[in-house]
Amino acid sequence: MDLPNLEYAAPEIFVAIASMVLLMIGVFRGEGSSRPVAWLSMAVLIVAAVITALITPAETKYEFANLFVSSSFTTFLKVGVLLAAAVGIMMSVGYNEREAIDRFEYPVLIVLAALGMMVMVSANDLLSLYVGLELQSLALYVVAAIRRDSLKSSEAGLKYFVLGALASGMLLYGASMVYGFSGSTNFTNLAAFLAEGATPSVGLIVGLVFVIVGLAFKISAVPFHMWTPDVYEGAPTPVTAFFAAAPKLAAMGLFMSVLVGPFGGLAAQWSQVVIVVSVTSMVLGAFAAIAQTNIKRLMAYSSIGHVGYALVGLASGTKDGYSAVLVYMAIYIVMTLGTFAVILAMRRNGSMVEDISDLTGLSKNNPVMAAMMLIFMFSMAGIPPLAGFYAKLYVFLAAVDAGLYFLAVIGMLASVLGAYYYIRIVKLMYFDEPEEALDPHPGRDLGLVQFVAGMATLLFFLVPGVLVGAADKAVFSLASG
Amino acid sequence: METWPLLSVVTFTPLLGAVLILVLVRGDKEATDRNARWLALWASLATFVISLLIWINFDTGTSNFQFVEKTAWLKFPGRYTLNYHMGVDGISMMFVLLSTLLTPICILCSWEMKKRVREYMVAFLVLETFMVGTFCALDLVTFYIFFEGVLLPMFLIIGVWGGERRVYSAFKFFLYTLLGSVLMLVAVMAMYFLSKTGGQGTTDIVELLKFARETGFSPEAQRWLWLAFFASFAVKVPMWPVHTWLPDAHVEAPTAGSVILAGVLLKMGGYGLLRFSLPMFPDASVYFTPLVYALSIVAIIYTSLVALAQDDMKKLIAYSSVAHMGYVTLGIFAATSQINGGKLLGEQAVTGAIFQMLSHGIVSAALFLCVGVVYDRLHSRQINRYGGLVNRMPKYAAVFMVFMLASIGLPGTSGFIGEFLVLFGVFQVNVWAAAFATTGIILGATYMLWLYRRVIFGDLLKPDLAMLKDLNPREIAIFTPLIILVLWLGIWPTPFLDVFDASVNNLLTSFKAGACQVNETCFSTR
Repeated sequence: MDLPNLEYAAPEIFVAIASMVLLMIGVFRGEGSSRPVAWLSMAVLIVAAVITALITPAETKYEFANLFVSSSFTTFLKVGVLLAAAVGIMMSVGYNEREAIDRFEYPVLIVLAALGMMVMVSANDLLSLYVGLELQSLALYVVAAIRRDSLKSSEAGLKYFVLGALASGMLLYGASMVYGFSGSTNFTNLAAFLAEGATPSVGLIVGLVFVIVGLAFKISAVPFHMWTPDVYEGAPTPVTAFFAAAPKLAAMGLFMSVLVGPFGGLAAQWSQVVIVVSVTSMVLGAFAAIAQTNIKRLMAYSSIGHVGYALVGLASGTKDGYSAVLVYMAIYIVMTLGTFAVILAMRRNGSMVEDISDLTGLSKNNPVMAAMMLIFMFSMAGIPPLAGFYAKLYVFLAAVDAGLYFLAVIGMLASVLGAYYYIRIVKLMYFDEPEEALDPHPGRDLGLVQFVAGMATLLFFLVPGVLVGAADKAVFSLASG
Repeated sequence: METWPLLSVVTFTPLLGAVLILVLVRGDKEATDRNARWLALWASLATFVISLLIWINFDTGTSNFQFVEKTAWLKFPGRYTLNYHMGVDGISMMFVLLSTLLTPICILCSWEMKKRVREYMVAFLVLETFMVGTFCALDLVTFYIFFEGVLLPMFLIIGVWGGERRVYSAFKFFLYTLLGSVLMLVAVMAMYFLSKTGGQGTTDIVELLKFARETGFSPEAQRWLWLAFFASFAVKVPMWPVHTWLPDAHVEAPTAGSVILAGVLLKMGGYGLLRFSLPMFPDASVYFTPLVYALSIVAIIYTSLVALAQDDMKKLIAYSSVAHMGYVTLGIFAATSQINGGKLLGEQAVTGAIFQMLSHGIVSAALFLCVGVVYDRLHSRQINRYGGLVNRMPKYAAVFMVFMLASIGLPGTSGFIGEFLVLFGVFQVNVWAAAFATTGIILGATYMLWLYRRVIFGDLLKPDLAMLKDLNPREIAIFTPLIILVLWLGIWPTPFLDVFDASVNNLLTSFKAGACQVNETCFSTR
């Protein structure tokens, strides 16, 4: 028996071994080790991102008995996930120390979650997909509840776990139905099965719908979004920041690769589902966010809305659309991490505050942070010339090209509604007089994240080709492989 | 001169100034404020000088776009090609000049501003970049970015430096305008794909104009696209009944904000109708002309009557703006009647509409400055708060009178030429429309003269008015160029008319060609 070619799985193997080593370091060095473990974890994630980028095969490669795939597409997602996870850890260090939850398990769990996401985006079989998804989810359930003595945090962890388990169950049920009606769980075989042109059986479509439900839960698309606001609010803020970024990208990439790859032959069926999910997400995200007073809940609804916009690209069913989804998610992650870096810096009298009204008058007390937040908010609202505008431009261009005019019009109207709550934050920061100032900026790391994300959002228009080119290349490998 | 990308320079000089202010200006509050003010003034003056250079080198003999710059900005084989494409023709040239002229005036009139001066100056310079860019852009996406980008600084200017109800007004302004614009964005995307001839579509304005002239969008597509563009521009102009954001925004904005709003932002709507709606969707323009006529006439008569009932000076001038912009839309769409007779009937009307926009840009800006002068002294915009100012402020009364008369359209001022040309053009096309529109002039005279009488004439009864000081040298410096312009435009308009004459002619010719592409009956008589 031949050994599988391990080269293309090198990043996963590296991260898996490194996570064990980090765990050992933490266990043997004991309490004081959270900071070194955190910095080492970041280094591991960044090195893994570099390895991933270096070993990208020119053509799509299948390994491990066709369970595992490596291509430009997986590279794009993995690099994004790893960098987002590294930034997530970076933003958590200072916060966890101040809140006295600086446990070494935290960065290790994030690394494990990142590993799960890497496996999940590289999956070429519904079973390896499930393994990756569960590794990711289990790690995330724990970090959501990492603040054990807080009722809200425990509630968030529990809620996430129960609903997440339900979604996983649905996914698994769908996978078994797909297996029953097609005879395989392998993506390549499924694609070949559907390409034969036989009318797909109802059972297979029902199975596909269950798979979509399971995955829609992970990207928190309406109507499977209910957990998002509570988990976002209850989990410690750096955890929320992490949730909003890396897992969203991974799950969206997975959603896309499952629908486009194995089930590409059922595009006519799933695109209807995606359109409905997209419209409801955009509209609910816009309406529900208006009434929020907690900024983390607001970000939860905002992320639901953004997922809706990204799905517009998927609904269009073209390569341009898929590429637009990747561009959208990448820009969304940058804006989200930047916004959370601002939220993490919101402290008053030594403790964390998270009401939207706590931002009142920020432009007087901390003009630089306010300016960054201004950029993120206008960008999320999709006002040119900021990056968020181009993200929307690309997805809607694809939708219009596919003739989905009503989707584009609804999306645009929802974005105007959404603009209302984003500019309300700008209003608080700039128009209103400050009552009580926030504490001075707590750390250089947060300032760095804010500044880099802000400049990337502001100056995206100078070199849009870098990101769009990478996304194009990724999608080319997805749709042809 | 050839080697310099002059339009990019004129567009981005203010932005450079803004960055310099952000980076360089440091120190205690007084030094910061002073340096920010001077830097902003110099940056905007430099921009003005550059735009004058462009004007001097502008060739009035051709209707082609000049000073063209074109760089691939986002280009992927087989996918979208979005260019950074800049250029001016006679029509946009005048609006560029208007923008670069009004910005230094705005900065000068905010000289006494105390609140967050640095940010204020940055906002105005950024705003100038977006305004100039809007008029220079020759690619629809580039245009949209500049057009929409204007919202950002303007939202902050109204919201941070405005009056008591500034938050409400800023939100209303932002959301109203955004709602209109996003529909236009969908239309822009649709045009990209509908204009596909061979492999690729385009958002390039020059190519789209050529496409409209030679092939044309189908009549049905034209109507939808026209409506989407109209949603955006009608809000911007603003036309009745989507004008309600304007009085709020004007009243609450600081003086300089009102000046830019009235002077330049409203003109973007008219410019858009001229540049896009008319030549790109000629058949739909003909189809919707009765609608535009009706809305314009309602705007002229209704908002004039509303203006009569105002007791807030800024609100009165804001409503008069809506009425005056009614002439502009009326004039622009008078061009559509030419295809019935086969002659270029609309030329006077369109020329008049452009001229009216320029004139209104200067006159309404100046009127807001006039209100600003007394507002700075007494912090009230209520008309009945004043009275008999001529006794204390003779210079002010004279200046106010010039602009008041220009607003009415007295011969010898710029307002007369614009309104006369529009009405003259419209009269040949539609007598009833012209007749109704003319009543607006009478109403305009009524509310402006009445305003002037209540503020300036009469006895000086209120005791605190007796302490008012007349115009100071800075204010005289602001008003002098505007007075000169108003009279120059009114007495010897030819140098200005010459600039856009060729472009208007070309616009109407291609409009006719485009209309005949999709409508075979375009030469039949009525």
